[in-house]
Amino acid sequence: MDFLEITNLNISYPTRRLLVAAVQDVSFSVRKGEILGLVGESGSGKSTIGRAILGLLDEPGKIEGGTIQLENHDLADPATEISSFRGKRIGLIFQDPQTSLNPVMTIGEQLIETIQTHLQLDANEARKRAVALLDDVGIINADARFNDYPHQFSGGMRQRVVIALALCADPDILIADEPTTALDVSIQSQILALLQKLKADRNLAVILITHDMAVISEVADRVVVLKDGRIVEMGAPAAVLGTPSQTYTKSLVSSVPPTDRRIDRFPIMGAEQNHAADHNLKILNRWQLQKNTGASLVRVEALSKSFSSEGFMRIGTNEPVHAVRNVSFEIREGESFGLVGESGSGKSTIAKMIVRLIEPTSGAIFFEQDDITTLDGPALLAFRRKIQMVFQDPYSSLNGRMKIKNIIAEPILHHNARLERADIDHYVDDLLAAVDLPASSKERYPHEFSGGQRQRISIARALATQPKLLVCDEPTSALDVSIQAQILNLLKDLQEKLGLTILFISHDLPVVRQMCDRIAVLKDGAVCEIAAAEQLFASPEHSYSQHLLNSMPKFQP
Amino acid sequence: MQSVGVMLCVALLSFSLFNFVGDPINNMVGEETSTEERAELRETLGLNDPIHIQFGRFVVNAAQFNFGKSYQLRRPVSELIAERMPATLELVIASSILALGFGVFLGVYTGINRTGVLSNIILFVSLAGVSLPTFVIGILFIYIFAVILGVLPSFGRGEVVQIGFWSTGLLTASGLKALILPSLTLSLFQMTYIIRLVRAEIMEILQTDYIKFARARGISNRSIYFGHALRNSLIPVVTIAGINIGTLVAFSIITETVFQWPGMGFLFIQAVKFVDIPIMSAYLVFIALVFVAINFIVDILYFLIDPRLRTKSENRDG
Repeated sequence: MDFLEITNLNISYPTRRLLVAAVQDVSFSVRKGEILGLVGESGSGKSTIGRAILGLLDEPGKIEGGTIQLENHDLADPATEISSFRGKRIGLIFQDPQTSLNPVMTIGEQLIETIQTHLQLDANEARKRAVALLDDVGIINADARFNDYPHQFSGGMRQRVVIALALCADPDILIADEPTTALDVSIQSQILALLQKLKADRNLAVILITHDMAVISEVADRVVVLKDGRIVEMGAPAAVLGTPSQTYTKSLVSSVPPTDRRIDRFPIMGAEQNHAADHNLKILNRWQLQKNTGASLVRVEALSKSFSSEGFMRIGTNEPVHAVRNVSFEIREGESFGLVGESGSGKSTIAKMIVRLIEPTSGAIFFEQDDITTLDGPALLAFRRKIQMVFQDPYSSLNGRMKIKNIIAEPILHHNARLERADIDHYVDDLLAAVDLPASSKERYPHEFSGGQRQRISIARALATQPKLLVCDEPTSALDVSIQAQILNLLKDLQEKLGLTILFISHDLPVVRQMCDRIAVLKDGAVCEIAAAEQLFASPEHSYSQHLLNSMPKFQP
Repeated sequence: MQSVGVMLCVALLSFSLFNFVGDPINNMVGEETSTEERAELRETLGLNDPIHIQFGRFVVNAAQFNFGKSYQLRRPVSELIAERMPATLELVIASSILALGFGVFLGVYTGINRTGVLSNIILFVSLAGVSLPTFVIGILFIYIFAVILGVLPSFGRGEVVQIGFWSTGLLTASGLKALILPSLTLSLFQMTYIIRLVRAEIMEILQTDYIKFARARGISNRSIYFGHALRNSLIPVVTIAGINIGTLVAFSIITETVFQWPGMGFLFIQAVKFVDIPIMSAYLVFIALVFVAINFIVDILYFLIDPRLRTKSENRDG
């Protein structure tokens, strides 16, 4: 018998109108010293299973049937005193290290409290144990940092502290719910290595919950693929992800952007492929298409931006933060230019300066030969019409109280107020068609749409002014991989048909490889390397680019 | 710096009281005073000087707590205020302790037991606390506890003990008894606010990841509620409570009137009746000073409660 065995687990969320079955007939088991990957898209029930094991389902979720057998205890049985397992036998860590730690307690306090909850130790012994744990998870200088607050640690260090907290009482099982999703790739590879080391050193059973196929294929010993609360397939990662037997797994695997080559389009399973953009030609009637000459559209020269911290009763020195230092590059008409870097590299700041949402500290930005940093009045308005932005978070970038038609019509009215009402209606229809949304969407509100659909609405809104340059700031990083594939296909089609130039900002290297012609690699606000995409991935020159590419999890089905 | 600006604005306001609410000379002297005498008095009081010089003098005097003499009582205003201040401050402090203590405790309780019967009762009663005006509650309390039950006095401070310039009612049984009704009346309104605020905060914080993570580590409920959750909910509570203690001082006017409490609010109401402008302007400046001082303390408390404010924000989005 395996260490933890889940048999025929059923979990449902009763709502007023209907019973939502979140998990149906799920059975799997975990051994000690093994990493089991639970993989699936949002709504697949993977996190629900993780929480159910610890009896931490959100209201009104309920285990309807099945067993969760740990040695001779059934954790699914309401009679089991499940709180005595939390932390002691089973540790659980969450996705976002920024929010997993109590911000007003030092990490030492939190560790000691947890240790003393489970073990009979006095303050001194507990402290010793805590420092040893911090050492184990790779916190440098653990003793000195003991009384630091969570905000004084970087994201990766915080996730290490979180792992130390979960290991306080030497649990036998660690459930890691998307432990690296909020982290940069180089930090991600360190945390994954740490999980593997802990698994081996402590003979730990690890349940790794993630949407990231590449992470699973790198570290998991076995994988369970979930869809809509049911198990689709399970087995060794090489078999399941390499030669999937189920259609769903096949389509999931094919949506993952390959790391080792560039493909033309993502194959979308089930849907008719490559039907792309025959019907979206309607907006072309309004589009003043020009031949892309390959001349420079945007030229950034010695751009810098520093933020100085200010505020009442600031303690400490007011050293300005240099977010962008002396950055120069050029975007040619019709190309996709990628800005790649980890968090804090200044990539979003550069994008915001190019669309003039913030002002640069020094340097110049030329758009079609005009220095846009000095534009104002009508000239600025005309410039804004030619450059549009698609934001990362489709949930906060659409005004929830406006109908879709008003959201899309707003930029049209703003830039061309003389259009007839009926004409605008037609235009909105055409734009919706261009992003593959039905015309009936326009009478609805943003909350009625899924993340992918909302991102399509954002794109339609951006196209409304017939821009030349589309700035996409992490447009797919909040989306599931199959939706991401659709959105990336859409962007590629639109670019081809409409002759768009795209500035594509992302931390996700495989995505950038699929999307961009040329790529600038950023680190700490400065450019390390600018190269053609394939050249960069084949033979990166700068040491930081090499480091980034090495830490990228390779997905090789 | 801001506080100095605020104080100057308030000083200007209270200074203009002198000049625009009636003629100060008329207020000071009797009807039989001759025009020459009036002019002379005007000259000696410096009322013929340009406005900005008069204002400068007012600010300098006010900074030394010199607000002149009360028209009605013929005594220096600073002396009157010093006499009445202890009564008001004791009342305000007692009621803020009540409001904070009960408010936070009941807020946490109702935040945790969202659907319990007791929670609903507390919330219902506290709703009554905001809906009923202070004077109605005060009179109701007097009726119940003083008239019907006869257990608590209905007015005054009871016996007071003089410690230096400070007269305190906290050391005698009758003084303490006399404090109960007015401080309860005064605190009820604020208590309601604090209950609802803490409740909303606690409910929000219990949804956060770090509470879920603490649960997953097996931390006990008691420690989660009163250690982790409460400490995080205190930040907005301190802001509101700070502003509210200021309003308590201001609100005490009504309560002091209802209970005939010999504090500054009572003094102020009497001053209004007799157009006793020095007292009114001094009261105005004093209240402003209280607000400014409390805001300053609140800012310092932020730093103590929230470690994130102590160091510079380090993480900026790229």
